[in-house]
Amino acid sequence: MTTIRAAFLPLTDSAVFVAAREKGFAEAEDIDLELVRTTSWATLRDRLVYGQVQAAHMLAPLAVAVTLGLSQQPAALAAPFKLNLNGNMLVMAADFAAALEPDPAKRLADPLATAHDFAAAIGLYRRKPIIGVVHRFSSHALALRYWLASAGINPDRDVVLRVLPPSLMVEASRVGEIDGFIAGAPWPAAAIDQGLVEAVALGARIWQRGVEKVLAFRADWMEDHVGTVDRLLVALTAAARWCDAPGNRAELAALLARPAYVDQPAAIIERGLQGRVMPRRGATEIEAPDFLLFDREATAFPWRSQALWIYSQLVRWKQVKPGQAAERAAAAVFRPDIYRRALGASNVALPGASMKLEGAVSTPTGVGAHRGALTLGPDRFFDGRIFDPERVADYVAGFGLPR
Amino acid sequence: MRIVIVDDSGLRASVLEEGLREAGHDDIHLVPPRGAFVARIERMAPDVVLMDLGSPSRDTLEEMLLVSRALAKPIAMFVDQSDEAMIGAAIDAGVSAYVVDGLRKERVKPVLELAVRRFNAFSRMQAELDEARTALADRKTIDKAKAILMASRGLAEPEAYALLRTTAMNQGRRIVEVAEALITASALLGGQP
Repeated sequence: MTTIRAAFLPLTDSAVFVAAREKGFAEAEDIDLELVRTTSWATLRDRLVYGQVQAAHMLAPLAVAVTLGLSQQPAALAAPFKLNLNGNMLVMAADFAAALEPDPAKRLADPLATAHDFAAAIGLYRRKPIIGVVHRFSSHALALRYWLASAGINPDRDVVLRVLPPSLMVEASRVGEIDGFIAGAPWPAAAIDQGLVEAVALGARIWQRGVEKVLAFRADWMEDHVGTVDRLLVALTAAARWCDAPGNRAELAALLARPAYVDQPAAIIERGLQGRVMPRRGATEIEAPDFLLFDREATAFPWRSQALWIYSQLVRWKQVKPGQAAERAAAAVFRPDIYRRALGASNVALPGASMKLEGAVSTPTGVGAHRGALTLGPDRFFDGRIFDPERVADYVAGFGLPR
Repeated sequence: MRIVIVDDSGLRASVLEEGLREAGHDDIHLVPPRGAFVARIERMAPDVVLMDLGSPSRDTLEEMLLVSRALAKPIAMFVDQSDEAMIGAAIDAGVSAYVVDGLRKERVKPVLELAVRRFNAFSRMQAELDEARTALADRKTIDKAKAILMASRGLAEPEAYALLRTTAMNQGRRIVEVAEALITASALLGGQP
């Protein structure tokens, strides 16, 4: 048995790791998967970069940022497998939400209108609104910036983005340290459940197939452990399939609820797994079937175009200096080649391409696959923009300069 | 050299502060990672920040170090990235360190080594305390199980204990596990829990 230590943060999307360990998928591949609970992204990053763990449940933008040398000690990281898509929610305190569309279903269905409502409310507030984000290099921060900017809000000037780990967001909302926050499940739902905030936008309605957590290795370690890496990917694929099966959601929620993992009520976790959102305490639940994906539509496949979309946003917000070397390095963090090698002998449908247009699919569409049939679900951005990974600079220029 | 210690555990922070003072440092500040703690640190303009690796507030601190205009020099983690043994020891001990650019490593290394030693000593102390607590709790459980056996099967105390021990050995379990199972079973069967 090979031991792999993997760091994770207490979030619903650690599910694939947890299921791989608890449901025997790792053991079936002769891997003893030790899960190391971590409470900050900085510590998760350090444990991986300095070799205390071999694998991590990492924010996709953080993997890109560490590789580009933007977050403390630079190290080439590799992401051969995505652990999920979506799962995020933006919530705000009631005094802010009061300025928005009162019907939560309408509010969530139209992110553009909601962003404009919020923009109008900013000027009436007594100070700059403070919005919690989990990390500068998180999909949450990128989605929030994208959403704010769509209504002409400059996220670096008109609001204060405060970095807080997901597990501290609820408490910060209670004491009024922040006016709202964007985080992964179950933390926004937990804050709603306590009556502290209301739902304002869903990650899945900002970008219908938003890249979220990846399985990250150090690239050098991954190259030196081919057999172990391949077996882990096989195990995680089986685990992801198990997590996505509707019949397993109650059991998965109970596993995640344990103190060793997320340590939050199973009912709140299960609601998210079922794709249901309670927009404010006691309100009717809203169906959001794409709230969180683990397996279907080749969720795990690391499209290089998705790494490049992250890069495009880092360029857009001037967090990295654009250049060919940086662009190549960012794209190389996602490793579809490793995914194909590991799952070549399985029955998983493997996409034929490694890049695609992002945001171009509006109805379920079949795509070329080496084997089996593969259908991609709608992946539109709410403003209808399409990202062409061959033309990053044009895409960034298309947003214009922040006001 | 101004050193700021950020730690949820006030006790561990004091243990570290005491060690640093003994080593001749006198510009030391303790800041619990609560509320607007980053603004306080920013005003202090430290040369070295020592923080518990397990603190959930590390991301908040790093963000401040990245965007702060008050800190003239960029702050990096660890002073000498090539010293992997030192970094490994620090991470094992649960210490993270942020050091202003330009500070000589000969000056910082002893501070970090001291922090590692104090953190390790503190966690050993904590582990011993936990062990002692567990041992006490285990003994109470075993005593309760013995009492049940003595009452229900008319055994003397040494016999009751011997029975628990042989059962544990035969089943490859710890005595306290067998004792817990017996207490649960007895309660289910209507005995005194």
